[in-house]
Amino acid sequence: MLRTFKIGGIHPPENKLSAGKNIRPLAIPKQVVIPLAQHIGAPAQAAVKKGDIVKTGTLIGKAGGFVSANIHSSVSGKVNKIDNTIDSSGYKRPAIYIDVEGDEWEESIDRSDKLIKECALSPKEIIDKITEAGIVGMGGATFPTQVKLMPPPGNKAELLIINAAECEPYLTSDHSLMMEKGEEIMVGVSILMKAIEVGRAIIGIEINKPDAIAYLSSLAKGFGGINVMPLKSRYPQGGEKQLIDAVIRRQVKSGTLPISVGAVVQNVGTAFAVYEAVQKNKPLIERVVTVTGKSVSDPSNLLVRIGTPISDLIDAAGGIPEDTGKIIGGGPMMGKALASTDVSVTKGSSGILILTAKEATRKPMYDCIRCAKCVNVCPMGLNPTLLMDATDFQDWDLAEKNNIADCIECGSCSYTCPANRVLLDYIRLGKGKVMGIIRARKS
Amino acid sequence: MENKLIISPSPHIHGGDSIQKNMTGVLIALAPALVVSLYFFGLGALIVTLVSVASCVIIEYLIQRFLLKKEPTLWDGSAILTGVLLAFNLPSNLPIWIIAIGALAAIGIGKMSFGGLGKNIFNPALVGRVFLLISFPAQMTTWPVPDPLSMHYTDVQTGATVLSLIKGSATTVIPSNTDMLLGNMGGSLGEVSAIALLIGLGYMLVRGIITWHIPVSILGTVMIFTGIMHGIAPYTYANPFIHVLSGGLMLGAIFMATDYVTSPMSKAGMIVYGVGIGLLTSVIRMFGSYPEGVSFAILIMNALTPLINNYIKPKHFGGK
Repeated sequence: MLRTFKIGGIHPPENKLSAGKNIRPLAIPKQVVIPLAQHIGAPAQAAVKKGDIVKTGTLIGKAGGFVSANIHSSVSGKVNKIDNTIDSSGYKRPAIYIDVEGDEWEESIDRSDKLIKECALSPKEIIDKITEAGIVGMGGATFPTQVKLMPPPGNKAELLIINAAECEPYLTSDHSLMMEKGEEIMVGVSILMKAIEVGRAIIGIEINKPDAIAYLSSLAKGFGGINVMPLKSRYPQGGEKQLIDAVIRRQVKSGTLPISVGAVVQNVGTAFAVYEAVQKNKPLIERVVTVTGKSVSDPSNLLVRIGTPISDLIDAAGGIPEDTGKIIGGGPMMGKALASTDVSVTKGSSGILILTAKEATRKPMYDCIRCAKCVNVCPMGLNPTLLMDATDFQDWDLAEKNNIADCIECGSCSYTCPANRVLLDYIRLGKGKVMGIIRARKS
Repeated sequence: MENKLIISPSPHIHGGDSIQKNMTGVLIALAPALVVSLYFFGLGALIVTLVSVASCVIIEYLIQRFLLKKEPTLWDGSAILTGVLLAFNLPSNLPIWIIAIGALAAIGIGKMSFGGLGKNIFNPALVGRVFLLISFPAQMTTWPVPDPLSMHYTDVQTGATVLSLIKGSATTVIPSNTDMLLGNMGGSLGEVSAIALLIGLGYMLVRGIITWHIPVSILGTVMIFTGIMHGIAPYTYANPFIHVLSGGLMLGAIFMATDYVTSPMSKAGMIVYGVGIGLLTSVIRMFGSYPEGVSFAILIMNALTPLINNYIKPKHFGGK
């Protein structure tokens, strides 16, 4: 019996159209737009000014606080301006515009392909290097990695869990990375284990990627303490709490952090970025992005410099199809619908998904028939239809009592509802309200 | 191109389930029982079913169109389903005009007066049945005896049901277990064949239309409770297999109690609801004045469903 999380979950059609496609490096664009807020927490502070000459890997944004991350130039060239850009959520955010000239890298970066296994650094030195390189959670949450590696006092990590579930339909960036950079990932995992001083790491991979399971399992024999655990394909297994439940059968209590059950979870892409940062001195300036969709002529896994407009990625996958209705940054379950193709690729961009107008059109909504299918699929054990009603009636007390703050916004409820009710739209709204009320009460 | 992009929050895909698919699924699950019924009760079963479905659909249409002045939602199939379920709860020799009154009670009082599908507190088909049972006790308890492919309707030969026989004495002569499994006995037209109803249950479980919690808890409770009583006083109380196989228990447990709208939402709540129905049914059958109590038991637990939903929540991840 393959393991999976215990409560709820769904299994949407996987549609991994770009699976098995080699990672292709995308040409460097003429100009990159690098937002200063690519992570959860405080935005970075610009460390360059208009007219400055930068190299690939030059620090251009300094972390703006404890929960923040450095930003580096992904290209060489000249700073054109520091101005607002529209981010994937449609908000105006400050960004650094750099006109590209050649591709000259910082000398400290080791650009060779040579695998460096040994790492003699202390945990503190490793974490410093990760902080310096501006690494954030690359599964999409973009939480600054160093913060997760420094548990609050009184907590001790017991093991590292590597999130390679990639449970979102369509996306294959982690899968392709595992197949092509398996050894680097294993070294990255062992460095992360050293950083949090644990002797055990488990890489959780869904069974729909048997080649990655086989490959990483064979590599794991050469690395002490690392195991690969095949998991049943089930969404949202990549949710942090769900993955911990699946892998070590411990439930993170409501309102607490994974470290409270002794687990630190890092994405497999993050492990690769850690390898590059620690062993090659390479900051986080590029990542693998899946460009996909049923109407896309050449679904691809692209290695892209941060700050590249997504229009370049779409062009590389065969251009925008005629009948496009929606362009999504991320996967179909949790991604964000983009208003334009001028949006930049950021550290958290795992994929670009193009849906046709037909696929993207929502069906009309009917009254709730109380079938409880949303209750059955909710991985947090909530009652989505009750939370939607509570939000509709603005009964924040009822919403809070029924744990609206625990919603992970996976969308399983809306996906399942036979009456096409937009459960998550309402719950997200109510959750924001209730979280605000809880914060106000605490302060 | 750009200005035509659709912007909406996630999730961006839908699983494709619909109300119509679920209702159609239940109708398909009811098909085996209907076939058995057409065989044992012949023309009468056909007329009662057709009249019931047609009345329910027409009444729902008229109410939505002219009283509520809304767009009729006949396409969702819920009125057809109520019609079939109401027919299944009626004897196959019931006159047309009584069926029409039952449909009016089911759809008009049971469903539309609360605001339509999803809003009703009580199972509409059972509201119709109980309304008729109280209004026309004689016609509602005169059961045709099985007569394969009979061409009779109201002029059919009638007899007692198993439950009314054992109400008198637990040791009276009743149909064999095989006959009860197949449906070769008197009763409401859709309730007689345990096997056909169980096939429907299997279909609905496989399709994910319902979960096992409600039917299993009802049947289990009746089995255990009547089993204990039979063990204590075998000459007063019939054996548990008779209770499970006869009367409307199978139909009620599989198709009536599992109605989405009127049953609890959490798994634990479903089990409490099912056990409640099982206990009430057994109590009415063994100690009450009516031989059969499934309808009353379900309606009583329907009324308690909001309370169950309020106190018994789904198991919360990471909760206390």
